[in-house]
Amino acid sequence: MSGTQQALGFGSSVGISQSQRPPWRIRLQGSDTTWAIAFVIPYVAVFAAFVVYPVIYGLWMGRDPSLYGLLFSDPLYLTTAINTLMFVAIGVNVAMFLAFLLSGFFMSRSWWVRSLLVIYLIPWALPALVVFTSIHFMLVTQWGLLDSLIRVVTGQDGPLFLVNEWIARGANIVSFIWKWMPFWTLVFIAARMAIPQDIYDAADIDGASGYKRMIYVTFPLLGNVYLISTLLATVWALGDFNTVFFVTSGAPGRLTDVLATYGFNEAFNFGYPNLGVAAMMTALPIMIPLVILLMRRVRATGVQL
Amino acid sequence: MSATTAVRRIRSPLFYRLQRYGVELASLAFGLVLVVWSVTPIYNMWKIALDSHEGIFGDSIFPEAPNLESFRVVVTQDFWYLERFWHQFGNSFTVGLSVTGLTLLIGSLASFTVGRMRLRNGWMLTNAALMTYVIPASFLAIPIYRIMQIYGLGNHLSSVILALTTFATPYAIFIFSQYGKSIPMELDESARIDGANPLQIYFRIYLPLMAPALVAVGTYALLLAWNEYLYNFLLLSTPQSMTVAVALAQFLNSDESPWNYMMATAIIYALPPIILYYGSRRYMAAGLTMGGVKG
Repeated sequence: MSGTQQALGFGSSVGISQSQRPPWRIRLQGSDTTWAIAFVIPYVAVFAAFVVYPVIYGLWMGRDPSLYGLLFSDPLYLTTAINTLMFVAIGVNVAMFLAFLLSGFFMSRSWWVRSLLVIYLIPWALPALVVFTSIHFMLVTQWGLLDSLIRVVTGQDGPLFLVNEWIARGANIVSFIWKWMPFWTLVFIAARMAIPQDIYDAADIDGASGYKRMIYVTFPLLGNVYLISTLLATVWALGDFNTVFFVTSGAPGRLTDVLATYGFNEAFNFGYPNLGVAAMMTALPIMIPLVILLMRRVRATGVQL
Repeated sequence: MSATTAVRRIRSPLFYRLQRYGVELASLAFGLVLVVWSVTPIYNMWKIALDSHEGIFGDSIFPEAPNLESFRVVVTQDFWYLERFWHQFGNSFTVGLSVTGLTLLIGSLASFTVGRMRLRNGWMLTNAALMTYVIPASFLAIPIYRIMQIYGLGNHLSSVILALTTFATPYAIFIFSQYGKSIPMELDESARIDGANPLQIYFRIYLPLMAPALVAVGTYALLLAWNEYLYNFLLLSTPQSMTVAVALAQFLNSDESPWNYMMATAIIYALPPIILYYGSRRYMAAGLTMGGVKG
């Protein structure tokens, strides 16, 4: 075993955190119980009124099995489901992988790289409504910025971005990556900063440099953060409404809708809220296992975001 | 332990110097690509806002005759979608600050009770809180829309405030409990010995020590509330109660709206989060590393 492998404790997990339950050394005194209940009541009230009740109401709204028959016989629903899966699978994985690579780039100590980080974070800091509407206007042909740029470079008109369904889908995915990659880059930078320099020094002695360092040292150590971030990003992306709604609004027609916008359309534009809820409920069989897996990994490894 | 070290081939100093310059140049080129990638939609916003109505539909990539006319129209409320712009701006602030205050209060009380007062089965509260995130906010929008009408809160700012607080608080509880682990229990115990009741411990000991976490979570909650669109749109539909986000999206309802006014409004709307974000960047980064992001 090389020195690096031993330093990493290769084969055993690195960085297992302490147990999560604190020791119950002190019992709550009698009078304290009243205080405790009083302190907890605001949150319990909010939770009951705005989480429990809506969830039960939503389940009740989506209880009719004929709704699901109606849903699966709608060809648009199938398109929507595939769009959602593509959007999540491609968007999340590309964003995460690029964020991982970029976090290495941003670890550099030059002054211009650090000011670059400030600029790079702007997409994430701005409201989604604002930036995605701007991207929408870039895509409108004839006067959109993208079309003008293409004309400057090639002298010809660009393709009809919002009429071609594959370009529109691509636009949704690229916009998603554009907005969220900075956030995940920050998470990875924070994780990288927690890696002690000694490990890199040991690797250096063993002759690992450049990409070998990344494969054998950095990636294994960041593995848990990467997995948990991916799971969390997937959960968020499955419910993502803003991106598709503002960038393409499902254009052309409703061919690039994702589940969230499809459900919204059904509920508020076609006056069939139960169908909208049913559409969103069809995502639960994927969502619930993901969340359970996520919570298990967070508890097991103690990774904190 | 391996007794050998890897052998590296030594090359001439010139090679290494060229290699360093090459890497530096490649980094600079890459940095330029990154700037263009990040900033192009922002540039587009400014280009449209600075254009006159005819200029938007031209094909230049620069604003044809840049002027601040759109900004003037927005600031003086000179267009019928913008008639109540400053009132709606105030609504956005009301929502943002209320969500922040409520999230901090409810979240810190809950995590204090679970973490410091060791409420029995308090872990159920934390887990239940995280269950809020199982169903995405956009999925819960439809039931919550109906329920707010049942509660009689339609077109009332408090409906949005309560809905957004519900989504921000679990994360707040999570961060507070992680951060609270670094505050020793001995402080609480010695306060109890001195005769303090839990309320005093909460105000005199817990809150002051939690200040960095409070700032980080407060910033997060404010940004969440300000940047949010769907719940604002669903729950607030009268011009009196709308926030800027909803007013902005109104422009999108028609095909012929003056996009330059819309972009000018959007830029003004985007200023508070940018100021807040860059002003509190250190605390946001601290929020991410609270306790350390360890693998």
